[in-house]
Amino acid sequence: MVLAAGLVGPSIPWVELIPILSLLGGACFLLLVGSLVPNWPRRGYAWVTGVSAVVAIVANAIKWNNLYYNKGALFLADAISIDRFSVLASIAICLALVMSALLVSAYLLRMNADGPELYALLLTAGIGALVMVSANDLIVLFLGLETLSLSLYLLAASNRDREESQESGLKYFILGGFSSAFFLYGVALIFGSTGSTKISGISEALSGNISVLRTDALLLVGIGMLLVGLGFKVSAAPFHIWTPDVYEGAPTPVTAFMASVGKVAAFAALMRVLMVGLEQRADDWRPVVWALALLTVFVGSILAVVQTNVKRMLAYSSISHAGFILVGVEAAGHMSGDGIASSMNYLAIYTVLVMGSFAIVLAMSGNSDGETNLSDFKGLAKRRPALALAFTVLLFAQAGVPLTAGFVAKFAVIKSAVEVDSYVLAVAAMVAAVIGAYLYLRIAVSMWLEEPVSENEISVDPAVVVVIALAVVATLVVGLFPELLLQATRLARFAPR
Amino acid sequence: MSVMVSVIQPTESWYLILSAVLFGIGTVGVMVRRNPLIMFMCIELMLNAVNLSFVALASEVADIDGQVAVFFVLVVAAAEVVVGLGIIVSIMRRRTTLTVDDMSGLKG
Repeated sequence: MVLAAGLVGPSIPWVELIPILSLLGGACFLLLVGSLVPNWPRRGYAWVTGVSAVVAIVANAIKWNNLYYNKGALFLADAISIDRFSVLASIAICLALVMSALLVSAYLLRMNADGPELYALLLTAGIGALVMVSANDLIVLFLGLETLSLSLYLLAASNRDREESQESGLKYFILGGFSSAFFLYGVALIFGSTGSTKISGISEALSGNISVLRTDALLLVGIGMLLVGLGFKVSAAPFHIWTPDVYEGAPTPVTAFMASVGKVAAFAALMRVLMVGLEQRADDWRPVVWALALLTVFVGSILAVVQTNVKRMLAYSSISHAGFILVGVEAAGHMSGDGIASSMNYLAIYTVLVMGSFAIVLAMSGNSDGETNLSDFKGLAKRRPALALAFTVLLFAQAGVPLTAGFVAKFAVIKSAVEVDSYVLAVAAMVAAVIGAYLYLRIAVSMWLEEPVSENEISVDPAVVVVIALAVVATLVVGLFPELLLQATRLARFAPR
Repeated sequence: MSVMVSVIQPTESWYLILSAVLFGIGTVGVMVRRNPLIMFMCIELMLNAVNLSFVALASEVADIDGQVAVFFVLVVAAAEVVVGLGIIVSIMRRRTTLTVDDMSGLKG
């Protein structure tokens, strides 16, 4: 009692937490009212999800505006950092959440299985992602990571009628848990060598300390373990093995969600840990990121060439995108130039591209959600020209064709690598982009030049049309006016410690 | 006249080595075993090995944060059990035996 009387909890900045609280409120509402009231209006669940995500976006946009004059601050006993970096990543995550809710509604209505569970899981995954991008404490980061991952395991396994979905859920679960353990061991060792789990505290400890052999060994092993754990989550080679299986097996809207939100959250966390916490040790981690980036761009592009399933092709293409973002992270490791801005720019553009691409795959995948072979896309231009055209735009954007957003993204990371004299990586990224183009062209060729094999009617849900239209318009607008997004990402800074 | 017996006092390093060994056993277990339940137990072993390091390191750097972290990890591990067993049970309903080698529908 005497001890407890002296304990003062941290003050809770409710206003700063509105985005997280909004998603939490939406999830609780769906689960509670969803189980009490059986018959909801059509797309009612999707509306609740969408509205709570839009509230989060608006709150973040206001925060972005208010942060104009200061660079952000730490809240909740330094556990949460609200700065423009976290706000920008949060906006990208909530946008992806709105689009995923639309796709999930189309998917569930097609299967006649609309219910609140998937939407609630999307929202809890979103909470985890928001916590990850703004965490300033490695334990809080771990909690966010697990909130995100546990929801994603369930989402991946959510189609009980499709064996592939169950299999992907199990694979994701085992490998995800495995990588979380590595991440956590890294946190423990870094805590042991610096005496803090706070990212800003680690940075302070490292900037003032004298190198001691044992402490250094703990720290370096810790950094390595942390990179293994986060490398799994961003699917960087050689930790990418789970990605194609899980992306192929999971329900298509879930794949879209985990490809976009999972990657944004994990990369934002990775960048904050490396750039803020381990800034003093950049010379130690940069070579590792360099090697990961080099391997990832090539593994993603080359293995994509031999695939025959479009979802699997897009999975490998997302691995190669992760490699490009790592090129930006490596450039940021030189502590000069535009590395952080170009990586954030790539992440935001990638989110939209991957959403749009998987929306088209969802439209094509049929009632079983399994018709995603390349042969199912043959002659799409003769069956649904508009769909084929939209997919072509998105694929060309992923390949990095000029006048699309994908070109801006790739150009920015390669430029930031060149600016810090990281020429090998820049050239490797360009070569990998050329190899990767084969994959996107292959899909485009089979859509436009081959005869259709199937004559089934393709019915496209209006919600899917909205997502595809948003993605295509965003791709072209950012491609034509790249400075819009680049200026915003240049302002994405970390809070001063 | 008493005889001085030198008693070996365990230091933090002992616990760190033990936890590294446990973590290694868990890692190898996940990689070589074929039963998802056993693999899952090995992951739990890895998490608990980390807990041991957290406690040992917290006592070494004299900071309570490391001990607090253990509670969070325990909660996460419990949540992971719920989700993991849920997925495994839902697969087991479709088949009588389960090893990860049976789960080979997805490849390429």
